[in-house]
Amino acid sequence: MTKFVYADNAGTTSISKTALDAMMPYLTEYYGNPSSIYSLGRKSRAALDSARETVAAALNAKPEEIFFTGGGTEADNWAIRAALEKMSAKGKHIITSAIEHHAVGHTLSALEKKGYEVTYLPVDEKGQISLQELEKAVRDDTALVTIMMANNEIGTILPIADIAKIAKSRGALFHTDAVQAVGHIPVDVKALDVDMLSLAAHKFRGPKGVGALYVKKGHAIPAFIIGGGQERGRRSGTENVAGIVGMAAALEDAVRNMDENIAKITRMRDRLIAELSKIPYSRLTGDPVNRLPGTASFVFECIEGESLVLSLDAKGICASSGSACSSASLDPSHVLLAIGLKHEVAHGSLRLTVNEANTEEDIDYILEVLPPIISRLRDMSPLWEEKMNVRV
Amino acid sequence: MYSDKVMDHFSNPRNVGELPDANAVGQVGNPKCGDIMKIYMKIEDDIIKDIRFKTFGCGAAIATSSMATELVKGKTIKEALAMTNKAVVEALEGLPPAKIHCSVLAEQGIKSAIADYYKRQGIDPEPIVGCVCDCNHCHTEH
Repeated sequence: MTKFVYADNAGTTSISKTALDAMMPYLTEYYGNPSSIYSLGRKSRAALDSARETVAAALNAKPEEIFFTGGGTEADNWAIRAALEKMSAKGKHIITSAIEHHAVGHTLSALEKKGYEVTYLPVDEKGQISLQELEKAVRDDTALVTIMMANNEIGTILPIADIAKIAKSRGALFHTDAVQAVGHIPVDVKALDVDMLSLAAHKFRGPKGVGALYVKKGHAIPAFIIGGGQERGRRSGTENVAGIVGMAAALEDAVRNMDENIAKITRMRDRLIAELSKIPYSRLTGDPVNRLPGTASFVFECIEGESLVLSLDAKGICASSGSACSSASLDPSHVLLAIGLKHEVAHGSLRLTVNEANTEEDIDYILEVLPPIISRLRDMSPLWEEKMNVRV
Repeated sequence: MYSDKVMDHFSNPRNVGELPDANAVGQVGNPKCGDIMKIYMKIEDDIIKDIRFKTFGCGAAIATSSMATELVKGKTIKEALAMTNKAVVEALEGLPPAKIHCSVLAEQGIKSAIADYYKRQGIDPEPIVGCVCDCNHCHTEH
């Protein structure tokens, strides 16, 4: 039997048994519409209310500050558009980082075409922005600062509390895309003092297609989807009851087991980093210290990431790459370029992301299989040949 | 997204490596774009007696290199020059649209090696081989 190792947990995760078990009744016998007043509907309503309390508690928020959405991308889109509409009197300037997920980055480039001005803060080789530069960038007409809590490609964790403080000191709203952070590292909206925060269930072993937007009490944000008035009139459409229940169950689990999970996952990640960094002409990408527990991201020179991913797949290992060839564009990922990697080096990126469903045996297998794949691809690479000739 | 044929040529590439007694060597692409192909040929009496390649690139880049070398091995120069990127794509049972440029690169790689063969004999290759385009040209064609 061929082995199977799933090491792409920043892409999505397997659904946990807890989440699935919690969802099943709402996919079967409790199919009522939460807006219906009869008992079957009230059953769904109660499940929604309870899920909202659970999600709120996990973030140290109030239930009325949680709006359920159809995922992280929707939450990001909503947060940005709502903030700009709300702050229209203040101005049309937005500050973000150069390493945001496309859910934020592409939303902002669309807004640039409609007359908004966007400042993209550069990052250093670790993927960190400079707080001094942020301070300089904030203006009187800055309506919104939106900066991610943790990066999906390189795992860098940004100092959101410090960033939020600077943004808010100048009267701008602050939003963070915390899709990679929630469920993996402590996220306390009160301590961070953010105005808005996005999360997605499928990144912490909940179902796909469901997420949430936290909006600090007092910010009456405009509606995103108009219709029957669900989510207090802000996000209409019959609620994804089972999905929301699954998200709450997964998040409750993730928060309850967080310390234990972080310890276990960090151990696996650190083994990957220690061993794979020994490969010549390879290096870790992202911040070595302020780093998501499960993200081991690398570049291997003289090979191309898609070839690596396909070769790993042939051995039953799921991983991902930010190389150009693994996407529709011919450029490598904007994140890898933003941390200062040359195009030719960024092409050789590999991201292995583990979670609590992985085992030390998975790591053994990756460490057994990956180095020979790298050697094989390098042996057929003219760039490697050049590099070796120069060295001799 | 890849056909079984592409995966076969990616996993078990034919003619991979170097050719110590090559009398024609061509290289196309550039590292910035993420794919480079280097083709080695041993040409005797206008026939490609032997061929090897080395490729830095994605699955499609490796598979098209492998297939292109298979298609021209043992053929005359004239036949090899008539091999189009389309023939490579067809032999691989199709490529995703974003990967068509890899087949163009493979065609150019073959032409680049043949151009080198003529150059080594002091013959201007351009009237015979045509323009061997660089990577950027290829990338604008899909």
